[in-house]
Amino acid sequence: MVRLIVVAGPPSTGKTTVIRRIIEHVRGTSKVAYLKVDVTCAFEDEELSAEFGIPTKKIYSGDLCPDHMGIMVIEDALGWAEDEGADILIYESAGLCLRCTPYITSSLGVCVLSSMAGTHAPLKMAPMIALADVAVVTKVDLVSQAEKEVFRENIREVSPGMDIVESNAVQGTGLRYLLKRVDELASIGEGEIVKLRGMPPLGVCTVCIGKTDIGWQNHFGVIRRLKDADNIYRGE
Amino acid sequence: MTADELTITVLPGTTKSGAKERFDRVDIRPGDTISIVGPTGSGKTALINDIEVFAQGDTVTGRRILVNGELPPESFVRDPSQKPIAMITQHTKCLADLSVRQFLDMHVRARKNAVPQIAEEAVALANRFTGEKVAGDDRMSSLSGGQTRSLLIADSVLISGAPILLLDEIENAGIYKDEVIKYLRGVNKAVLFVTHDPYISLLSDRRIVMRGGEVTQILVPGDSEKKALGIVAEADALLSGLRERIRSGETLKEAV
Ligand SMILES: Nc1nc2c(ncn2[C@@H]2O[C@H](COP(=O)(O)OP(=O)(O)OP(=O)(O)O)[C@@H](O)[C@H]2O)c(=O)[nH]1
Ligand SMILES: Nc1ncnc2c1ncn2[C@@H]1O[C@H](COP(=O)(O)OP(=O)(O)OP(=O)(O)O)[C@@H](O)[C@H]1O
Ligand SMILES: [Mg+2]
Ligand SMILES: [Mg+2]
Ligand SMILES: [Zn+2]
Repeated sequence: MVRLIVVAGPPSTGKTTVIRRIIEHVRGTSKVAYLKVDVTCAFEDEELSAEFGIPTKKIYSGDLCPDHMGIMVIEDALGWAEDEGADILIYESAGLCLRCTPYITSSLGVCVLSSMAGTHAPLKMAPMIALADVAVVTKVDLVSQAEKEVFRENIREVSPGMDIVESNAVQGTGLRYLLKRVDELASIGEGEIVKLRGMPPLGVCTVCIGKTDIGWQNHFGVIRRLKDADNIYRGE
Repeated sequence: MTADELTITVLPGTTKSGAKERFDRVDIRPGDTISIVGPTGSGKTALINDIEVFAQGDTVTGRRILVNGELPPESFVRDPSQKPIAMITQHTKCLADLSVRQFLDMHVRARKNAVPQIAEEAVALANRFTGEKVAGDDRMSSLSGGQTRSLLIADSVLISGAPILLLDEIENAGIYKDEVIKYLRGVNKAVLFVTHDPYISLLSDRRIVMRGGEVTQILVPGDSEKKALGIVAEADALLSGLRERIRSGETLKEAV
């Protein structure tokens, strides 16, 4: 059976760069398959397949939340990885949705954050961090010691027990403790039922289905007014 | 373990061509001044990266780093506020749009044991390292390269309290190198300079020479370079003077 690594994080934080380091680490002993879910455009499948000669796939979510898309296709992807003879499937999310989290049970959930995003960034993406197993903070080569420390404090605020790994992912420095978690990861059991960690937020409104009018009066589903924070369901 | 007894040991790995490195070990102790020299691409930055991450055979060089002869404690490696090492490179920046004071205060707050007045001391110390004065209400983003490096060094020493500093090619930033070295020696900090600058190289007690990803020599010139140091110091002072005059808009018509 396949071992699953789910890598999430905002755009351009270094997810693929971290994944390259993981592939380099395991390639001697394991065969890796790679899946990228993105919204409209991604190149990683071609790059990683050319660099490492591994089976890769990408899928575009278009008008669906890419994390929801990932949840839909991950079961198929595990089957595909198995058919390819892979031991490890690495799934890289688009990381655009800060409400949803793509982590599922019996996998290693890795949240990649960039220290270049500013020290408040962890506070803004709490769900993506809190349900992960490891938070990898990239680009620490570019920021001051003070900001590194404050960034870490802010991750701790969101998730006190989080396993935090700081790295210059291009050089691969500091990833030792992430790679240890990869080595320790068990495969999904035969016939094991794999589920999403935590409840995804209910987020369906008529904006989601493509209505472009502004103002809550023109929508239904989960809607909001400025003056009150409660959900209102307006029906028709 | 107090910072005064901290010894960091670098053990050999492999060269770029995969051969065994031939040095025995490098010990770094409080108060040491070490320069790392060698042609571009020879692995100087890789060496201080090894030290910064406490490499355990898991970097490109295969080197291992010990702390007091043993494997480093996990907190040293993983928690930047416990780490006894601060690294400052040409790329190290403050990203946040803060004033100098806000930046330092932010750091003081993150360090639960630091006292607030230390931020002021850090500004004063930075001003010993640079000719262009830094003020508390300057924006971090408006500081020059030299001011930024000076402030980050002061911050690492006073607020982080790091006993070991790794400085990667900061010489072009226009800081008073001799002041930095004198001060760090005085407060018993170890400092490693990756450098192409003859003056910094000669000011250091030890000089690590690199080539092809390998530590090829560890020189301890002692007094044998005293004469050269005098000449280089003069040349450096001459160049610094000229730099200032050119910066201030002079034309150097007089013979220098
Ligand atoms: N200096 C530095 N650059 C980094 C680091 N990690 C990633 N980068 C650079 O950041 C850019 C984006 O990295 P990617 O790995 O493509 O980011 P990503 O999260 O996969 O991006 P998307 O999949 O497009 O969302 C690249 O140019 C990387 O080389 C790091 O630790 N330090
Ligand atoms: N012992 C080694 N084995 C394998 N690769 C190495 C070794 N040492 C250095 N390298 C690699 O060689 C490249 C150049 O090294 P590095 O950046 O450290 O050079 P440098 O001396 O700092 O150069 P510069 O003066 O231009 O900054 C890097 O990609 C580094 O990872
Ligand atoms: Mg990517
Ligand atoms: Mg270098
Ligand atoms: Zn979503």
